[in-house]
Amino acid sequence: MNRNMILAGVGGQGLLALAAVIGEAARSLDLDVRQAEVHGMAQRGGVVQSHLRYADRPLHSNLVQEGTADLILALEPMEALRYLPYLSPTGALVSSTAPLVNIPDYPDEATILAEIQSASSHRLVDATALAKEAGALQAANMVMLGAGSPFLGLPESALLAAIRQFFSGKGKTVIETNERAFQLGRTAAKTP
Amino acid sequence: MPTRLLLGNEALAQGAIDAGLSAAYAYPGTPSTEITEYILQSPEVAAGHVISHWTANEKTALEAALGASYVGKRAMASLKHVGLNVAADPFVNSAIAGANGGLIINTADDPSMHSSQNEQDSRVYLDLALMPCVEPANQQEAYRTPAYAFDLSERYRIPVLIRMTTRLSHSRGTIQCGQHRSQNPFSLPEDPKRYILLPALARNSYAQLVERQADFVRESEQSPFNEYSEGSDRSLGIIACGIAHGYVLEALGDACNHPILKIGQYPIPEALVERIIGQCERILVFEEGFPYVEAKLRGIPVRSSPAIHGRLSGHLPRVGELTPQIVAEALDLETLPTVDASLTPAPRPPALCPGCPHADTCKMLNEVLQAGDAGGTVFSDIGCYTLGALPPYEAIDTCVEMGASITMAKGAAASGLDRAVALIGDSTFVHSGMTGLLDCVNEHVNVTVVIVDNLTIAMTGGQPSSAESRLSAICAGLGIDRDHIRIIVPHQRNHEDNVEVLNQELAHPGPSVIIAQRECIQTARRRARKTASKEGEGR
Repeated sequence: MNRNMILAGVGGQGLLALAAVIGEAARSLDLDVRQAEVHGMAQRGGVVQSHLRYADRPLHSNLVQEGTADLILALEPMEALRYLPYLSPTGALVSSTAPLVNIPDYPDEATILAEIQSASSHRLVDATALAKEAGALQAANMVMLGAGSPFLGLPESALLAAIRQFFSGKGKTVIETNERAFQLGRTAAKTP
Repeated sequence: MPTRLLLGNEALAQGAIDAGLSAAYAYPGTPSTEITEYILQSPEVAAGHVISHWTANEKTALEAALGASYVGKRAMASLKHVGLNVAADPFVNSAIAGANGGLIINTADDPSMHSSQNEQDSRVYLDLALMPCVEPANQQEAYRTPAYAFDLSERYRIPVLIRMTTRLSHSRGTIQCGQHRSQNPFSLPEDPKRYILLPALARNSYAQLVERQADFVRESEQSPFNEYSEGSDRSLGIIACGIAHGYVLEALGDACNHPILKIGQYPIPEALVERIIGQCERILVFEEGFPYVEAKLRGIPVRSSPAIHGRLSGHLPRVGELTPQIVAEALDLETLPTVDASLTPAPRPPALCPGCPHADTCKMLNEVLQAGDAGGTVFSDIGCYTLGALPPYEAIDTCVEMGASITMAKGAAASGLDRAVALIGDSTFVHSGMTGLLDCVNEHVNVTVVIVDNLTIAMTGGQPSSAESRLSAICAGLGIDRDHIRIIVPHQRNHEDNVEVLNQELAHPGPSVIIAQRECIQTARRRARKTASKEGEGR
């Protein structure tokens, strides 16, 4: 058991929550976990990424080496491509199709999606639509957790427990919305 | 006890609490902020057992920690690398005065400048202060470090620097917590005269500090943070400091048969270094930040045999943080195939949030200083408003260090610059802008100071500002004429009025202050959510 992944998104999309939930699920299974994140200036609507690693052996590096990521899980399609050099040739690229356009020179969307589809293993999920269906736009990060879950090597029960723990202070409705978002993403990723 | 998944900063904070911490002071600054955030949210602070506060600046934080140590308590100050510049005076002199209760200074360096204006390496300060330092290599070590450093501090009556770097501060790892030990009782120093650094007394204390260096080296040589691993292939010996050790272990895995010296405590463990240099044909030094160890080993003239390689020799990049790729390449490991995109993603720089009051201040400045022919220069400072340098605003001309806006504007104006404007945040103003404003008053220089008061320290996540809405009184107290302390609300609907105020104050021949006051959009939102949920609970 050894997973390296890059989580990618834009400030404000809930990427650190996504990283925290996966990290906690892995920790609860007694795996060694390392997860690097970005704070401070980079979060102001700019690029946000997290390196996440877990294994059943002691880990030493907080960062993923280029060419070794088993998964790039992206909350935004252009951000999915930013970290391609990290992806192992056999790794999976899982991304939301919903672009976040807060810059003037955003590239052609169709070209971005085609590029993602050229990865040997990929999933594209409309996280915005599914989050809306789950009951809250902010739950798009948990939709993408569901979509990426087949590649995480962690049991569904551990991920759901981590979701419940992460949102435990926010009440029953929020927990249920996020669980629903996770399931919708998981189902969507099964049917390409 | 179950494992916990903590940031390096959080592990350090928990380690300090468990090591009998009594007082923790800090000024927020990325990547150090979470150390004190964690302590402030701890049950120990809630119960009143540990004192913790954000202070006006890093200097006042360190001095308060020194005072707590003076009465026998274990204390610490936390700051970012450039914050150590602000606190350099108490840092260097506290080493001579010494510690009574354990005293640690946590610095978080930011190689690659993720959120900083430089990548200075705090270890260089060790040569000035002659102080020992611990540099944890991972989150578990970050947890263990405070207890160890407090003991070292109390054993030698010396403050100890703890050096963190961004990728440890801001990376989570699974850690196991240990036993909680009790705090020190209140006890005044037995030899209080050592705190009087009058030359005659300081010479004596300084001589003792110099004498102690041999003890500190011996401590390093026996330290659990420094570790020598034997290896049969002595064509190469590896020295790896702090988190660089993790990158090396990960790259070489179990296959490593080179001797490795891990360095996590300074001064440099001389005997261990001599051992690896004596054994190996070539030495490769991995360190996050400056080539601090490498430079000392190479000396002048540059040694050639055995070859000392690293950032200075060109075997590793001179600037920027280490990464697994860089380390693997320097070790001549096979590079892995990567996937390349035919499309290059567009850069997505950070920006002011939609609705940010600073955006309205930038628009006001641009209309007055850029739209007309009169021109003008905006000397800016450190904070969210520095993002006003980027499109679409491009409203500021300088950003150098905390407080430099007012004093640079004053210097430029006194030397002939017309329409010198200083742009500074509320917290930066009380951090180190106030003294410069006093200079403006005393020298009666024509500077227009715009204090953007968003009622918080926004860039680091919304810590309370020491200004506490007293800016107007502070400026008046420093001698600014009350008629030239203007308060405006930076908002689109007030744009014309605000432009008029700025024009008036630019025309005023002496120093004037415009306080542009509107709450940070992020903290306002958080406060609204909190209020809403409290009302919900009430129902």
